[in-house]
Amino acid sequence: MRWRSPGRLGDLTAGRALRTVDRFRRFLVSDHAAGWAFILPSVILIAVFGIVPILWGLILSFQKAGLISPEREWVGVSNYAKIASDPKARQAAVNTIYYSALFVPASILVALFIAHALNRRIAFVRFYRLAVFIPVVTSTIATGIMFLWLFDKNYGLANWLLGKVGLGPFGFFEDPNQAMIALVLMTVWGWLGFDTIIYLAALQGVPQELLEAASIDGASRWSSFWRVTWPMLGPATLLLVVWSTISALQLFDEVFFVTHGGPLGRTSVVVFYVYRLAFEQGLGSLSLAGYAAAIAYVLFLVILLLTLAQFWLGRRVVHYSS
Amino acid sequence: MSAVAEAPVVLTRSDARSLPGETGMVERPRRRFLPFDPWHLFLAPLAAVMLLPLLWMVVTSLQTEAQTFHFPPILWPGTPRFGNYSEVLGQSAFGTWFWNTTVVTVTVVASNLVLCTLAAYAFARIHFLGRTFVYFVILATLMVPLQVVLIPTFLIVKELGLLDRLGALVVPNLVNVFGIFLLTQFFRTLPIELEEAARIDGASRLSILLRIVVPLSLPALATLAVIQFLWTWNDFLWPLVTILTNQDAFTLQLGLATFQGAHNTQWHLVSAANIMSMLPMIVLFLLAQRYFVRGIATQGLKG
Repeated sequence: MRWRSPGRLGDLTAGRALRTVDRFRRFLVSDHAAGWAFILPSVILIAVFGIVPILWGLILSFQKAGLISPEREWVGVSNYAKIASDPKARQAAVNTIYYSALFVPASILVALFIAHALNRRIAFVRFYRLAVFIPVVTSTIATGIMFLWLFDKNYGLANWLLGKVGLGPFGFFEDPNQAMIALVLMTVWGWLGFDTIIYLAALQGVPQELLEAASIDGASRWSSFWRVTWPMLGPATLLLVVWSTISALQLFDEVFFVTHGGPLGRTSVVVFYVYRLAFEQGLGSLSLAGYAAAIAYVLFLVILLLTLAQFWLGRRVVHYSS
Repeated sequence: MSAVAEAPVVLTRSDARSLPGETGMVERPRRRFLPFDPWHLFLAPLAAVMLLPLLWMVVTSLQTEAQTFHFPPILWPGTPRFGNYSEVLGQSAFGTWFWNTTVVTVTVVASNLVLCTLAAYAFARIHFLGRTFVYFVILATLMVPLQVVLIPTFLIVKELGLLDRLGALVVPNLVNVFGIFLLTQFFRTLPIELEEAARIDGASRLSILLRIVVPLSLPALATLAVIQFLWTWNDFLWPLVTILTNQDAFTLQLGLATFQGAHNTQWHLVSAANIMSMLPMIVLFLLAQRYFVRGIATQGLKG
């Protein structure tokens, strides 16, 4: 590029400018510019839709705010203080803990057994795997519709089949005492394939030599499973425990669609309560979005601490082979 | 070890096999009560239970309304009534929902493939100022659950004037941190020699990415594509929150939920609508099962 000299004084500035241009050009072909050019679109999007909301949510949790009205009033920590004395928040917390305590162990143990059963070369195993995996791709709404119909109090197939073995009839989603159990059954059905795939992958990573060695030493199948295979599945189990707990604590779609928190609020879980506060009541003039944000942040904190605790515990218990 | 040292005889494979007490897992002689593997006794009923909700939905979708309200249930409707399907198409905006979901899903998947590939390549291969820091901050957002950012993201989308439009479903999902993470991990496993050779030959970063890295990464890209497809197609909470009144912007899940609400006693129609909504996902799953399974087995993520 040619640079026109604008005179003596200009020469100096021109020289400096030339050096600047040169440096800029070198920067343009450098790895720094290339790297940032590659990540820039993603970084902007993640900043706007990932990082700003995290900070904004924190700010909102200290405000009295609705979603539509632009008024924002600082209320300090009173949103957080309110949670402790809110009976509906307490009920949501209890329901969430109840659900998680049932869902996490049930889904993981059943998946472990199924994965063990599927990890062999027998006829139709591809079909069996397919049957277990298919619910992974059905949406929560589709699953909800299927189970609402299957568990219909009057005309459902489940009550008919259970009646054949002398059980029921059950109210399922309409019975305050059974609704949560029915939700657990439904979500376990939906998640089994996911957990099974993880366990199956882990099982296939167990070295055959180890099992053969155990067998040579006279170990029964039962003890070689618990002494050899189970410890090797440690990392997979830890992943599933952490992952299932996180998703159980965030249960929403199923509750919103299938029970809408009922009957008698017995399935109202935390995220559903947050949704109701912000979008069903807060969208109007009640200005509960700030309070909802505070609850969401508390749940986030609980999830974070629980996850750290699980990893900390896991690190002491789980054996990593490589 | 000492036992081997003391033993004067060199053990060969065949010797080892004949040692007393040795029984390989495969060769262990077992009494057989059944003409087939006993695991079938568990797996066949399991498959039946897992498929039952789907099969029952198919059966119901082929019944008349009167048949659905019969107890004990009618297990096979006699002459299957395919008319339920056309009735759903006539009574609802199913076509619009389907089209909207397809547009949103295809856009989101395509944009994720492009943006995640670019960003992941930079994080995996290019040394630039702030790389580690930015990567760490981005990954940290993965830990924050959706409900924390739900309200503020809603407000941002509202500020951008996207509420009640398909844009609200597309723009915030154009890039997914999980995708960046997945591809970065994958790119790091690729041998760097090819890229170095191309670099010496004067190829630009972009052409290295397009001509060398992308062709080697097709399985990883397919995995990202199917997982992202699954998430976007089945997403419910975000459309529920952002598409408030505009029925022309309903997605399949949103439409299906409202359809069920409006026809909650017409199970023959609800079933038919549900089957139609699930079909694309199930077909995709049957075609690309490998990538779904890989996507879940490697990183372990559902919706």
